[in-house]
Amino acid sequence: MAARPPFVMQRPQKDRGQREPTGHARNWVGNGWSFLAKLLVMMLVNAFGLAAIFSAYNADSWVILSVLAVLLALANWIYFSRRAIPLKYLFPGLVFLGAFQVFVLVYTGYVAFTNYGTGHLGSMDQAVDAALIQDERRVEDSPTYPLAVVRDGGEVGFAITDAEGVVYVGSEDEPLDAVAEAAVNEAGVPTEVPGWEVVPRAELFSDPDLQNEVTSLRVPVSEDAEDGSIRTREGSSGAIYTSSLEWDPQAQTLTNTDTGVVYFASDRGRFVSEDGDRLAAGWYVNVGFDNFVRAFTDAAYAGPLAQVTVWTFAFAGLSVVLSFALGLFISLIYNDPRVKGRKILRTIFILPYAFPAFMSALLWRGMFNSEFGVVNEWFFFGAGIGWLTDPWLAKGAVLWVNLWLTYPYWLLVTTGALQAIPNDVLEAARIDGAGRWRQFSAITLPLLMVSTAPLAIASFAFNFNNFTIIYMLTGGGPAFPGASVPLGSTDILISAIYQISGVAGGRADYGLASALSIIVFIVIGLISIVAFRQTRKLEEI
Amino acid sequence: MRAIEQQRAAGRRRRWILDVGWKYVLALVIIFYAAFPLVYALSAAFDRRGSLAGSARLFNDVSIANFEALGSTLYWTWVVNTLVICGTAALGAVLMGSAAAYAFSRYRFKGRRTSLTALLIIQMFPQTVAFVAVFLLLIALGEVVPALGVNSKIALICVYLGGALGANTFLMYGFFNTIPMEIDEAAKIDGATHFQVFWKLIMPLVTPILAVVGLLAFISAFGDFILARIVLTSESNWTLAVGMYQWVSNQLTSRWGLFAAGSVIAALPILVLFLSLQRYIVGGLASGSVKG
Repeated sequence: MAARPPFVMQRPQKDRGQREPTGHARNWVGNGWSFLAKLLVMMLVNAFGLAAIFSAYNADSWVILSVLAVLLALANWIYFSRRAIPLKYLFPGLVFLGAFQVFVLVYTGYVAFTNYGTGHLGSMDQAVDAALIQDERRVEDSPTYPLAVVRDGGEVGFAITDAEGVVYVGSEDEPLDAVAEAAVNEAGVPTEVPGWEVVPRAELFSDPDLQNEVTSLRVPVSEDAEDGSIRTREGSSGAIYTSSLEWDPQAQTLTNTDTGVVYFASDRGRFVSEDGDRLAAGWYVNVGFDNFVRAFTDAAYAGPLAQVTVWTFAFAGLSVVLSFALGLFISLIYNDPRVKGRKILRTIFILPYAFPAFMSALLWRGMFNSEFGVVNEWFFFGAGIGWLTDPWLAKGAVLWVNLWLTYPYWLLVTTGALQAIPNDVLEAARIDGAGRWRQFSAITLPLLMVSTAPLAIASFAFNFNNFTIIYMLTGGGPAFPGASVPLGSTDILISAIYQISGVAGGRADYGLASALSIIVFIVIGLISIVAFRQTRKLEEI
Repeated sequence: MRAIEQQRAAGRRRRWILDVGWKYVLALVIIFYAAFPLVYALSAAFDRRGSLAGSARLFNDVSIANFEALGSTLYWTWVVNTLVICGTAALGAVLMGSAAAYAFSRYRFKGRRTSLTALLIIQMFPQTVAFVAVFLLLIALGEVVPALGVNSKIALICVYLGGALGANTFLMYGFFNTIPMEIDEAAKIDGATHFQVFWKLIMPLVTPILAVVGLLAFISAFGDFILARIVLTSESNWTLAVGMYQWVSNQLTSRWGLFAAGSVIAALPILVLFLSLQRYIVGGLASGSVKG
């Protein structure tokens, strides 16, 4: 670490005329501005906090509402009370730490025991609504209403006129609501709706995107999904579509009123009939250790995940060992006062470390390209070697690039550590007749390990989760042949979690992804325990 | 006599070559290994064709076509996004980290040791591994406050700030402890409030560590891909990492020249900053990683 900065005392504040400084005591008393500033900040915090609480109330998010209320009350108490001075300094950091680090860790643990994911995306109520909506059909012989397509910015809605001539307007998120002061033409089609822009029919006919949006739009009749919705086929008349399913909250069943089939809520978060028919919409439920069991035993996952796990350890371990060795090798050679210009040399040697890592990985991705890449062109006489498409070559390429990226770090660290080794120890060894190798293996290396072992363990933990280099360089590929999961031979656990989670598109399986995250956390926890033990042990030498 | 001297000189030279000279030869090899990808990137940035094919010949024809073409993409929007997001995250990390370090270093309160230990344990578990939960949390928050939801830069900054306390407090805590308490006490006797001690006394004394933490926070946010990728969904909100990945990842529409030009522009300031501050950065990395 840098040397302690020179000791500078603040100049006393200029007296603003209220008070003469007495003796040599400095006038630290401010002029009240800081209190005003605090008041202003707290007003803003309270304003935003209350606004957020209000919109949480509107969105029925009770958990968020109560957390916000507690935080806001705490903030006011902390900053207006004269006690709790340490908390004044800790509170903002703790709020962020709590929400975006501690909570997400705990929540990962919770999701790991659920089947949260595609098909199980919400609560049971949401699943019922989704089932009702998916099953909607036009009620036979139901009346049609004159309809106009309306628009408010990017949001599209319907305006209809009922038999009494009352105009109702609504959109996907807002159920139909009567509007006063709307104008209709002789056919009863609304022509002017306050707050909405009526889309001209000519525009509707000429815009296929808009047509698609209009024909797939459903405007709920009321907040209750069982009341059905207004839909249109051509954009000029609408009808009420309702579901043939009927929800019985007491028995927790959905009954198809046409066929009489009853769907029961299963403990797996699905509606299942007695014949085993399942409705598409489901909700998430606690599934116990299912995700963990699936990761280890499911035929589709177990094999690929086992390979991924082995490679994760190999990648992290080899990365550290190789880059440590290369960095140490270089620093040993150039830790020699007879070599001129060592500073410049070292600066060039560490260039790869100063280049942003994600760009390096992308750069190497292009350089390793089998057809056009410079690696083949320059060093292999244009042979089309598939560096990133062969499972073993790709693994080698990943290690090679990571070596290139991280040996400078070890060069810097070991150079510092070498220079900290007292010279007289080595001199004593020389006098006692130790050869170069003996000096290195018996003195330099053990002393070096004391200061670098914790860093090596930290580096292992970092590479264990080094998503960027894997995803940018190979994307985890080449894919395992014949596997039904989107994993490949260079995937490490974190990139496998990314693929399985489906956050970037595709089938989402938050439950399994979180279960794997928990496994990664356990590994990291174990490594850290070893690290804490190890550092103490090594320092006792 | 002259013959003997010549012989001696030859011997000295031979010994020099054996002891020192070969190190210069090896240095050339290492320089080539370290620098050739970067030189290649520079050459590709100035290559008129702008594609991976045929860019293997260095500085074949030099033009700034790629740099001009950046103007017709969203590159500069991404640069601004990256600066705003990483800059705010770094500033927040410095402020919150130093405030926390001040509290831990200057005050003895109930639960202090426990909180320090808890922080040490929490910081071992990276946020990135819990990205699924981050994603789900933002979806829920977005329904209440859209500015904290998916596809909001503010939300991404908040996520980065969540990791700030764990990563930086220890680094700063150690540094704060090296500043003697006597100054605080003297200032307090003179009538300074605790905030004045923090802001006007301590902060100017710890600027080196503030710079290190700010830089580390900036670089780590700059290099983050996974969180930025899942939080920022619309193209105009992307950071450089997300945007430039899209340029190169697709084999068929790969925009190699744009990528090379873009990375030259983006990497140069970081390169300069890094090389000029490398002593601090390595010191920071070394003491901030595992040990408390």
